[in-house]
Amino acid sequence: MKTLLKKLTETPSPSGYESAIREVIRAEISSLSSDIKVDALGNLIVTIGKKTDKGKKVMVDAHMDEIGFMVSHVEKNGLVRFSNLGTLLPRYMSGGRVKFLNGVRGIVNCDRTEEHHTIPTLEKHYIDVGAGSDKDCPVSIGSVGVFDEPFVDLGKRVAAKALDNRASCAVLIETMRRISSTPHELVFVFSAQEETQTRGATTAAYAIEPDLSIAVDTTPSLDILGVKMQVDLGKGPAIKLRDTGMLADPKVVAWMEKTAKKAKIPYQLEVLDVGTTNARAIQVSKAGMPSGVLSIPCRHVHSPSEIVDMDDLQNAADLLTALLCDRIDLS
Amino acid sequence: MTSQTSQALRINKVQLSLLEELTNANGVSGDESEVREIIRKKVAPFADEIKVDAMGNLLVIKHAQTPGAMRVMVDAHMDEVGFMIVDQDGDGLFEFVQVGGGDERQFISKAVVVGRQKLPGVIGYKPIHLTEKKERDQRISMESLRIDLGPAGKDQAKRGDFVAYATRFRCSGDTIFAKALDDRLGCATLIELLKTVPQNIEFLASFSTQEEIGLRGAKVAAYDFEPQVVIAVDSTPAYDFSRPDGSENTQYNCKLRGGPAIYLADRGTLSDPRLVRFITNVAEEKKIPYQYRQPGGGGTNAGALHLTRGGIPAVSISIPGRYAHSAVMIASVSDWQNTLQLLHDALANLSPAVLEEERP
Repeated sequence: MKTLLKKLTETPSPSGYESAIREVIRAEISSLSSDIKVDALGNLIVTIGKKTDKGKKVMVDAHMDEIGFMVSHVEKNGLVRFSNLGTLLPRYMSGGRVKFLNGVRGIVNCDRTEEHHTIPTLEKHYIDVGAGSDKDCPVSIGSVGVFDEPFVDLGKRVAAKALDNRASCAVLIETMRRISSTPHELVFVFSAQEETQTRGATTAAYAIEPDLSIAVDTTPSLDILGVKMQVDLGKGPAIKLRDTGMLADPKVVAWMEKTAKKAKIPYQLEVLDVGTTNARAIQVSKAGMPSGVLSIPCRHVHSPSEIVDMDDLQNAADLLTALLCDRIDLS
Repeated sequence: MTSQTSQALRINKVQLSLLEELTNANGVSGDESEVREIIRKKVAPFADEIKVDAMGNLLVIKHAQTPGAMRVMVDAHMDEVGFMIVDQDGDGLFEFVQVGGGDERQFISKAVVVGRQKLPGVIGYKPIHLTEKKERDQRISMESLRIDLGPAGKDQAKRGDFVAYATRFRCSGDTIFAKALDDRLGCATLIELLKTVPQNIEFLASFSTQEEIGLRGAKVAAYDFEPQVVIAVDSTPAYDFSRPDGSENTQYNCKLRGGPAIYLADRGTLSDPRLVRFITNVAEEKKIPYQYRQPGGGGTNAGALHLTRGGIPAVSISIPGRYAHSAVMIASVSDWQNTLQLLHDALANLSPAVLEEERP
């Protein structure tokens, strides 16, 4: 899965501009289904299996967008000002490298203000692409880009940008490859625009009308201050109980736990104080549905260098496969 | 791109007088009926179907003349920011709250009109205790403000009465001064588009309510229409003043007289790049001045519209304005004319081919 993960993380696709990663993912799964479509917001929707008598229509979601930025102004001196696509944390910006979708590369830094020790807001940051003036600047208002960091193999763990949420995309792809038979209609959604208020999942869920949904997303591990309940790297995927946006359906949680125990897959239980996932939107689509989340523990979320444990990804794929191939009992 | 020939649209006396009627009318969010009735009368001769939905949105259809035509929705909101009476507090003095997001610092001394009878009033200052000089120098908070109908106004207003600014429309050369240009400019534009809409699209016009309090009319407006494309027409602030220290203004949002402002991204919507590209091409080909509104905060009804049902490709185009959400706004007639022309030409050239490729 490392090679796949490297390819996925190194593809630049910020919220609203996901076509590049969509093509990479489509190439990985095109042989697995004849029912592949792209909707109005750019979600990639792949259906595997037919719903049998005791089966369910399950939506399995992993967002494929990453955080990024859009140029708001090029100054006369050639410096590029930008606005965020998704949550960009100022503390992760200065000194970093970025890449625009048109191939242009640059570095990020910020204005010097009177408070030397505080990190200024995004408006006081700029990207330097090496232009001498706005006349010879190879980007302009509307140009979009992402962090520019290569994938690094650390052995059991890997570092890359956009592990949120390409790690989950890898898990979904791996799961899709393993499913040989299922009593369910499985609708895998590689969704767009999650980082900008879970928009892709909102409309995808409406059109799909699932009976049940599982979102797969990364979740912060260890380095977020103030998080009372933390999940650890290497202790297995996390079954989410609650985050700031939703409460997982206890019947779904019980089903996920039971399945993990039966298959002897290590797992953790997650209560999160900061952040939410696409499940928040999917759960209340139309008349609502039982919903849960499978989380991949991830360090330094939304930084240019996130870290995941490959065993956690492997175990997540094992668990997801087990969940989707057998009968689902939510009693 | 083959280019449909289209009419040259002008802002003349007819359009200015339409805008005057619309901006002078009162339609604070939740109380849009006066504005809606004006619009309904104007569009009736050009509409095939008209209905008002549960949220008060005025939904107008002009059918295509060709079969299998693209369903195109264009939306403008009818409501404006204003106030609501809460309780009487003395003879003719009334406590009130905001409806929508105006700047509290700008309320004091503004002339307003209250309730259906449109009683004249002023937002005045009633100190809630004896005021020391020190306090008089500070910012006045809303708790100390009262709408004053004068002593004869005793018992003339009641809780729930809507209050609008008393501003009257003026036009001086290229400059329009009025309240509620956000978004009566959009409404006037949409009315003009209805008069000249090309025959090859199924035109779904939505005059929506309660945008200023959370896009609430728009949350339902696209549900029955089920359009294939939606365009929101609004007004967006031009902060293009020079900075006092002479440094470059990097956060102007858009520029007055810069032409129609095409949105790339705001807090609520990431514009569909296919539509942005298409409209840019139309503007370039027809030599209509245009600009890109800076990405960042703010939003339009597109934020709610594009998430309707299974999702709709969307873009917003706004007419630049100054002093949004205040008693008097400023806009440029030439910006309005260019926006109207651009929208008309875009509609004339819109076809399913624009959305044929997948969203980038």
